[in-house]
Amino acid sequence: MSLPVYLDPRRSFQGLILTLQTYWADYGCALLQPYDMEVGAGTFHPATTLRALGPKPWRAAYVQPCRRPADGRYGENPNRLQHYYQFQVILKPSPENLQELYLGSLKAVGLDADRHDIRFVEDDWESPTLGAWGLGWECWCDGMEVSQFTYFQQVCGIECAPVSGELTYGLERLAMYLQNVDNIYELNFNGRTGAAKISYGDIFLQAEQEYSRYNFEYADTALLHRHFIEAEKECGALLAAGRPVEKGCSYRCVLPAYDQCIKASHIFNLLQARGTISVTERQSYILRLRNLARACGEAFLQTQGGGFTPAVPPARTVEKQTNSGETSHKTKNKK
Amino acid sequence: MPDLLLELYSEEIPAFMQRPAAENLKKQVEEALAEKKLAYAHAHIYWTPRRLVLHISNLSEKSPDRQETRKGPAITAPPAAVAGFLRAGGLTSLDQATILTDPKKGAYYSAAITHKGRAARDILAEILPEIIRNFSWPKSMRWGADSAREGALRWVRPLHSVLCVLSTDTQSDIVEFNVGSIKSGRATFGHPFMYGRKPINVRNFDDYAARLTKAKVVLDAGRRKEIILADARNLCFARGLELVEDERLAEEVAGLVEWPVVLSGTFAERFLAIPPEIIRLTIKTNQKCFVTRLMPAAKTAAGQIEKMAGPHEHHDKKLANYFILTANIEPKDKGEEIIKGNGKVVQARLADALYFWQTDQKSLPDLPLLRQSAEKFALDMHKPLDQRMAQLDYLNVTFHAKLGTQGARVARIMALAAKIAPLTGAESKAARRAAALAKADLQTEIVGEFPEMQGLAGHKYALLQGENAAIAAAIEEHYKPQGPKDNVPRNPVSVAVALADKIDILVGFWLINEKPTGSKDPYALRRAALGVIRLVLAQDRPLHLLPLFREAAHLLHISIVEQHMQNFAGSKISAATGQNGAALRPAEEEKHFEEQLIAGADAALRDLLGFFHERFKVWLREQGARHDAIEAVLTAQSDDLRQTARKIEAVIAFIGSTNGAALLNGAKRALNILAAEAGKKTQIAAQVDPVEFTAKEETALYDAVFQTEKKLQALPAEDNFSDALAALAELRAPIDAFFEKVLVNDENTTRRANRLAILARIRNLLTPLADFSRLNG
Repeated sequence: MSLPVYLDPRRSFQGLILTLQTYWADYGCALLQPYDMEVGAGTFHPATTLRALGPKPWRAAYVQPCRRPADGRYGENPNRLQHYYQFQVILKPSPENLQELYLGSLKAVGLDADRHDIRFVEDDWESPTLGAWGLGWECWCDGMEVSQFTYFQQVCGIECAPVSGELTYGLERLAMYLQNVDNIYELNFNGRTGAAKISYGDIFLQAEQEYSRYNFEYADTALLHRHFIEAEKECGALLAAGRPVEKGCSYRCVLPAYDQCIKASHIFNLLQARGTISVTERQSYILRLRNLARACGEAFLQTQGGGFTPAVPPARTVEKQTNSGETSHKTKNKK
Repeated sequence: MPDLLLELYSEEIPAFMQRPAAENLKKQVEEALAEKKLAYAHAHIYWTPRRLVLHISNLSEKSPDRQETRKGPAITAPPAAVAGFLRAGGLTSLDQATILTDPKKGAYYSAAITHKGRAARDILAEILPEIIRNFSWPKSMRWGADSAREGALRWVRPLHSVLCVLSTDTQSDIVEFNVGSIKSGRATFGHPFMYGRKPINVRNFDDYAARLTKAKVVLDAGRRKEIILADARNLCFARGLELVEDERLAEEVAGLVEWPVVLSGTFAERFLAIPPEIIRLTIKTNQKCFVTRLMPAAKTAAGQIEKMAGPHEHHDKKLANYFILTANIEPKDKGEEIIKGNGKVVQARLADALYFWQTDQKSLPDLPLLRQSAEKFALDMHKPLDQRMAQLDYLNVTFHAKLGTQGARVARIMALAAKIAPLTGAESKAARRAAALAKADLQTEIVGEFPEMQGLAGHKYALLQGENAAIAAAIEEHYKPQGPKDNVPRNPVSVAVALADKIDILVGFWLINEKPTGSKDPYALRRAALGVIRLVLAQDRPLHLLPLFREAAHLLHISIVEQHMQNFAGSKISAATGQNGAALRPAEEEKHFEEQLIAGADAALRDLLGFFHERFKVWLREQGARHDAIEAVLTAQSDDLRQTARKIEAVIAFIGSTNGAALLNGAKRALNILAAEAGKKTQIAAQVDPVEFTAKEETALYDAVFQTEKKLQALPAEDNFSDALAALAELRAPIDAFFEKVLVNDENTTRRANRLAILARIRNLLTPLADFSRLNG
């Protein structure tokens, strides 16, 4: 397939995204859209975190905007952003030729392994808040880290069986390299020239400035702290409300509970950026988040998505579900 | 005799694991071969980022036959027993057995059984998959569809193929086995980018090595390292530069590539304003590249200067704005893209480093907030490093959950260093100041980025803000010595702070009872104790550890109790939300906890001294000291290790001398008799009474003892062990004569008690020097 010039990944940020999407769509991935919540990394998307659990095969690719409040630099640093894009690929089980597939994707965007030095440099990945770890590499192209490559071993504190392969492309960094620019804000977003060109800065510079102010100066920490506690409580409450009606039944409200876990995690990142969390407190926050993730992960294994088959005849389950569904609805209305 | 070739081909193995893994593979296979009685001439290992390779030459074709004589039942035994014997021995009839007789058992059956040796190939097919399955990696993983199965194969990264052939000049056979879903075969793979993924079938090791070279893989890591270093030196030379050699980096880079191609890149000259050490670390840690420096005008002269300079001066020489990178491919465009790309990254990294370096020399924004902390440590808030220390304290950065904050720790180190200073010849004021700044660089950006710069960064920033050279050096040197081979600082200020730092951490962990166990020593307490030992041994004056331990414990009590009460308050809050305000009284808890702490402290410090003694013994034995001499001199009370070491030295020299060895015999005899009689509760006279003497040898010995006592009293107390031992040596002749002529166990109890009393006097002379009973004659 030949792309129009303005979608060439070497001159267009969106062209880079489209090329990667096409490549992984050709492989058979479901092309998802970004998750509609603030997350610190593409891994938090339930399509990765939760789908990495349980026995069901899974292939998905998506762009995920990521928020790292502490990385804000008021738009003044050419390399750092508090909001940026990751392109995420998750393949379960990890295919035998995952490395080759990855190299193929680099070739598709214009990085040929016979002119560029591609290297797999040890980098063991760990997310303490998700209770997740895996082994893999950071992938270097001519000395620059352009992707993370991980074989998930554990997610939400649960052993992955089977193991998923996760690829995470740092899109801005990759694009800077492809477009040969030294400043993120100078990236050509739409691949047009002259007056028709829209740059990364045109779209995001103001946002970086404003969010940096918010992240470092204006965010109401007392309010955030309260939100954290609320999200934490709600997560537990939703899991409890949707717990199996009886032994052998499924959980019925895991995804909404997991949303609360994501929310708490982002609030924690904001609180950290404001510098209000001491080192000891930090540890206990991480532990609390991990407990949420673990609870969600364990519950997810007892859902259809997690590969669970209810042991109870479906008719009875439906009946019960309606009943307790109402109860939990009432509780919600009270708030 | 065949050769074995085994290749385990996987995705990229972390560089630092490759060599140990290959060595482990060799060890495991060698042990298994030995157990199976298979002989071989040599075992060689090779490794690349993607493979571990073992080549064993001249392996026995089969294990030797083994003879066994199996005793059977008596010939009169019931038929069932006889049948069982035949079955177990694999015999078809009793004709194959012989009849032997034995006085107890009478006539019985016996069979000589030959266990046939097994083919090496069969044995290998049995042991190799076991070794692969149970291989130990620092971290291992599962992958692919197999990972869902119970007991799935684990490897450091996905394992793709196993090549295993047994070959002779004329033949090559696959050793067939399965691990996971991999079936062993004769295929390997070349360089993934330059050769592609076509399998390459090989017959034997030579064939393998030759084909790999063609397929752009240099199998031998040592060879790859040589190529990297030689090409790097040549590239530098061509540009009038000199490579800053770095053995460990070369080793690491050799573990990152299968086909090294060395290229050079540049960065903007303005970055040379950053200290060379930081440039080097930035480029090495983040990019695995070498730095270069300008070639001196006269190379030989420079070589000599280098020899005289210490390691830091070596690195501090002016760098050039060229760096050396090692690619894993021969690029089609002569490396233009690769050089450009790497240059960009290096430049961006250096821009960060420059920013850190400059930021660390600027004032912090929120100075008024730090005032209280500044006062606590007598800091000068016009100085950047002082501000960082104030910030470290202000932020309440935790050192350990039970030992409190870094700020509290620095306060303790200051107090302790000031106490120690006079003992090392430093001024207390200087030691306090150095201790106050010792940890300040933990708050600098540069240490945040490169933790290994801790100390060195503080040293540099201290000089930049005009600290005195000894104080600045102490910031770096207080972390030393970092192991048995690291230099021991001589600067008295450094020694005082180094001792205070290490004693504080050791006493702290002993008080909260978190001592190292087995391989677990996360705070490197063993290293800290050895550090104290080496520092103390290098001193010119006596230094007793127990008083310093007590002082440190005293300082620590406050921190530990404070921390406990904070944790207690925390737990109270969470408990209160749970059970609606159960009455908890902090004052009582505090009193109770403090009492417990103080009650346990003395035993903890004695235990710590025991820990020191263990490390001390290990250290002395590594230095070649005799085990028995150490045991004879070191007592549970020894807390002046420098003095103990000198005593041990003197004792070793003494028992090596003729007189010493002879005295040792007599002395041991005296001590043995005393010990035996004490066991029997025999009476020993409180005082020697010369009136009771009957033999002249008795009188002579008593006189000699008396003379020796006087001599020893006249000797200055400390450090004169050789003289003291020499004085003791004069007892040799009288003791020998005494034992030859005089019977200690005289029938007359008064006489016996009197003779034992002389021996006790001798014991009293010996004991302060060494426990002679523990010395081997």
